[in-house]
Amino acid sequence: MAKVPVQFTLNGSEKAEFIDSGTTLLNALRDKVGDTSPKGGCHQGTCGACSVIIDGELRLSCLTLAETCNGTTITTTSGLSESGVLHPLQRAFLDTFATQCGFCTPGMIMAAKVLLDHTPNPSRDEVVEALSGNICRCTGYEPIIQAVLTAARANSQNAA
Amino acid sequence: MALALQTFATVKDANTALRAQGTRYLGGGTLVVRAANEGDVSVSGLVRSTDPALSAIAVAGGKVRIGASVTMAAIARHPDLGALAKAARSVGGPAIRNMATVGGNLFAPAPYGDFTVALLALDATVGTEDGETPIGTFLAGRDGSRAIVTSVSCTLPKADSFRFLKVSRVKPKGVSVLSIAAILEQAADGTVSSARIALGCMADRPIRAKSAEKALLGKSLDQNGIAAALAAATEGIAPITDPIASAWYRAEVLPVHLGRLLLT
Repeated sequence: MAKVPVQFTLNGSEKAEFIDSGTTLLNALRDKVGDTSPKGGCHQGTCGACSVIIDGELRLSCLTLAETCNGTTITTTSGLSESGVLHPLQRAFLDTFATQCGFCTPGMIMAAKVLLDHTPNPSRDEVVEALSGNICRCTGYEPIIQAVLTAARANSQNAA
Repeated sequence: MALALQTFATVKDANTALRAQGTRYLGGGTLVVRAANEGDVSVSGLVRSTDPALSAIAVAGGKVRIGASVTMAAIARHPDLGALAKAARSVGGPAIRNMATVGGNLFAPAPYGDFTVALLALDATVGTEDGETPIGTFLAGRDGSRAIVTSVSCTLPKADSFRFLKVSRVKPKGVSVLSIAAILEQAADGTVSSARIALGCMADRPIRAKSAEKALLGKSLDQNGIAAALAAATEGIAPITDPIASAWYRAEVLPVHLGRLLLT
């Protein structure tokens, strides 16, 4: 298998790797770069556990080939906390018990982050829509929706 | 399984590379990478083109040309494509809509391909390097098609003449039980002067409901006026059976949802 060079910015750090052509971004992140926060769930684009943000857009890393990400900026859940302080979404997920097994959590947080980046004060329906590509088999979704709304409220209070 | 990807600046070069056996075209990846992840060994290589024309949307004179690499998200947010936004938003969740392309949707087997149902109702044409093909003809021969789709084009519908409905069990973004798109023109007296109705999940690919279209002509859009069309809606259909719904169920509920769409 031909090796191809791939360079991108991951959570603020420049990354340069040689990967097998056709490798998914999910596998490249987890196996080559060592960022295991995106989870491999269905590998079919159904569960959303592998969601990452590429150049500001939510994407599924299991269906994205790494070499198509050359020159992009990628954000994963492991890049959200700063200096050991959790991102408001991460804090809200903990505080509102929105995590059980935790497998879907990184994808949920990525989907929620894109929503709050564009819509700082979303309605409940907007949160449901934003999370509609992410499956959780534990929580029943309501705590997750509440976590996103809680993080949005915390953001707006901080901004006030 | 990793697959070697070849990237070309022009569609012409990508078309040439695509002639090699076992190669598939990579658009947004939601079909072909999914197939590879699932273990489809018929795919041994991937080809793509970065030609900017593939990602362009051009609106002029009441018509639109959408590049094959344009995503559902780009259509949904385009200020001139409000009439198509509902159909584009019906495809997957936010991440899928950021990846799924117009060109790929043409090849999506039922229960996917909801945007193509809308394009079929709109009488779109499908562009390749060889020219334009009516979408019905294209869909009928898509399994043997090897030329890269470069665009789809259609006349933009008036907001009140185009209707789209996707029915799913999981809200808001489940897989289709069925989808329906209709473009209806009404005469001054309110009767239907022309109708094109397309159905999703009623075959392995989007199909027209021609008997229902014919039955609507000259009728008013009320309970009595649409009765004959609803009775004719199941003619010629061969619904799919999948974990979402059986063929029997889909056929049973089609007239119900078509009626709701027509009476909207």
